Amino acid sequence: MTVFDTPIVNEESALADAAAHEPPTQEIHHDVPRKIHVMRVSDVLSISGAVAAALAMTTLIFTMLAPVGGIVGFLVVAYILFLVTYAILVSFDETWPIVRDRVFSVAVHTLAIIVFATLVFVVAFSISRGLDALPHLNFFTEDMSLAGPLDPLTKGGVIHAIVGSLIQIGIALAITIPLGLTTAVFLNEVPGPFSRFVRTIVEAMTALPSIVAGLFIYATFILILGLDKSGFAASLAISVMMLPIMIRASDVVLRLVPSTLKEASIGLGADNFRTMWKVTLPTARSGLVTAIILATARGIGETSPVLLTSGFTAAFNADPFHGPMVSLPLAVFQFVKSPEPSMIARGFGTAAVLMLLVLILFVIARMIGGETVAKREKRAQTRRRLWGAIVSAAGPGSALLGRGIARIGSRLPGGQARAAQEKLRSQISHVAKEAK
Amino acid sequence: MTIDTPRKLTGVRDRVDLIYRGVTRSGGIIVLVIMLAIGVFLGLRASQAISADGFEFFWQQAWEPDAGKFGIAAVLIGTILIAIVAVSLALPMALGTSLYISEYAPLRLKKTLIGLVDLMAAIPSVVYGLWGFFALQGSIVPIAKWISQNFGWIPIFAVDGYDPNDPLSTTTVFTSSTFVAGIVVALMITPIMTSIMREVFSQSPIGEREGALGLGATRWGMIRSVVLPFGVGGIIGGTMLGLGRALGETIAVYMIISPVFVIQPHILQNGASSISSLIALKYGEASAFGMSALMAAGLTLFVVTLIVNFGASAIVARSRSGASS
Repeated sequence: MTVFDTPIVNEESALADAAAHEPPTQEIHHDVPRKIHVMRVSDVLSISGAVAAALAMTTLIFTMLAPVGGIVGFLVVAYILFLVTYAILVSFDETWPIVRDRVFSVAVHTLAIIVFATLVFVVAFSISRGLDALPHLNFFTEDMSLAGPLDPLTKGGVIHAIVGSLIQIGIALAITIPLGLTTAVFLNEVPGPFSRFVRTIVEAMTALPSIVAGLFIYATFILILGLDKSGFAASLAISVMMLPIMIRASDVVLRLVPSTLKEASIGLGADNFRTMWKVTLPTARSGLVTAIILATARGIGETSPVLLTSGFTAAFNADPFHGPMVSLPLAVFQFVKSPEPSMIARGFGTAAVLMLLVLILFVIARMIGGETVAKREKRAQTRRRLWGAIVSAAGPGSALLGRGIARIGSRLPGGQARAAQEKLRSQISHVAKEAK
Repeated sequence: MTIDTPRKLTGVRDRVDLIYRGVTRSGGIIVLVIMLAIGVFLGLRASQAISADGFEFFWQQAWEPDAGKFGIAAVLIGTILIAIVAVSLALPMALGTSLYISEYAPLRLKKTLIGLVDLMAAIPSVVYGLWGFFALQGSIVPIAKWISQNFGWIPIFAVDGYDPNDPLSTTTVFTSSTFVAGIVVALMITPIMTSIMREVFSQSPIGEREGALGLGATRWGMIRSVVLPFGVGGIIGGTMLGLGRALGETIAVYMIISPVFVIQPHILQNGASSISSLIALKYGEASAFGMSALMAAGLTLFVVTLIVNFGASAIVARSRSGASS
């Protein structure tokens, strides 16, 4: 036995020992993810302590030392003192990087709270002021042609503006969706110096001031072609404004489609168009819908291009080609110009309607666009599997029955669908055997 | 020994592909033509006024085109001041909010918050204008007063015609100012900036994030060393896009400011101006020549936003996240 053998022998015996003495596995513990980001007692204490200290110190400063007054000054000073106190408190227990982490975490949370609170306040303010006008049903069924500024809220409404907005955005979408998506596809699928140039121009145009879009249509459509201000001119102005937004957003979304998917499709023999239609666009669907909806929401709320191109009327006009046509944002703008309280109430009511319209658009977009490719594919797979199982089990004779069952099965979530599939398969094969 | 040269690849496209390419290319051409036409037609329309006015167009502060005395000095500086106020308020807010959503927010809340921000980006500007005029205007006076009292020694925060020691002096000098308009515009551009920044932050590579955390970084350390450097293109791009919107914002600004046609460097003081609100204000009663002058103003705004945007693209294109922002 050499010196070198010894450790090996020992190791082997140790391993054997370990195997012999290892306690038998009793039960399998399923791994539960460890909870991270827990709040410790000391965190809560240091935050609340810092808040108390900051408030106390600020009160002392503002009442005793330097009575400068002002609620805003108080809040700003209190917040700065809070951050400093909090940093000092944390530094008693922790190292410098952790102190920095805590302070920035608090700052980020504060900023987010400020933003969301203010934005919610903006919306809530307009809706609450609009509540005076909204309960009157005539607000949604009449126009303003017979209602003067001094009339109460029970007379007149904004149906003309609602219809005008819908017609204008409809025309604008009919122009921008095909043109915008085609261009976005062009930028992605036909690379080259020309598409790079187009992309640069489009990107530069995203920040095109909406009033410049209005001026452009005013300069061409109305001054050069000599046509009247109309709903159609307004839709063109909105289209010019929406187009770059939509192209850029869809371009970004299309670029995120994995090239392996496209290459697989081309490799399987599909042509470019089919690849785009069957692979690229469906993969990017939710992003594209979001792009369209965001552009729509911006287009429907734009006032300035419409101000220059659509003219203003208090009467109902559903013809986009003749006569002035008013839209919701323009109506808001004209209403609140008046000093009459009832007109201002109408303005806020119209703004509430406008926001509701935007909200509805958004909900629709979420419903269409929220469905991911994976989810849709999974559903289709379940359907195909059920279908296949039924056909193979029962033969083509019960195809009609099978199709109905498959359709029901496709509506069930995965687990249930599988269970139903098993059940159906056994039943159908049983029936098939009996038929033989 | 011969050196291998790559075989030259040539593809033959069949008719379907050629048609497909042609159709998409024509879409690109149409869009390009529209976009170039904006500049061309505005230029054509504006040429009458600019050739009559010459270089005085850039120095003159007044706006009386029919008297032959007009220029964009006051409105252009007013526009830029409003945009600067807006962006300097919106940048920290958007940065904080986007970091919160992508890094701090609980998973369950994340989707709701993203939807909320997108929704906020879609709120019409006229609604922000309403809020600014009816709600903010009144409550902003004490803040503006406080700033002007404590920081009045900085020239832009100074306010003429208000003496803090005189109890009878009116506070209306603090309304309808560049500052109020800037706050409203800041609120309008915060969601869109947040949306872009969050998108980029959330794309920062997960491997690098985990690497930083695995090496013992705190969450902020990870953000500073991975997320922010990765997203710097998105931050700049989003800010520039916000700046572009701020420069061009019309209705909200128009509803709030009381227009003046002199250079107004005191941002807290009543009286402000912007190119877009000038157009909205004057287009109704403009003569043919006045309209040409307004087109010239619009062209200036167009060129300024183009420069801002090209600058943004150039910066963004060099950053890591550039392609996706």
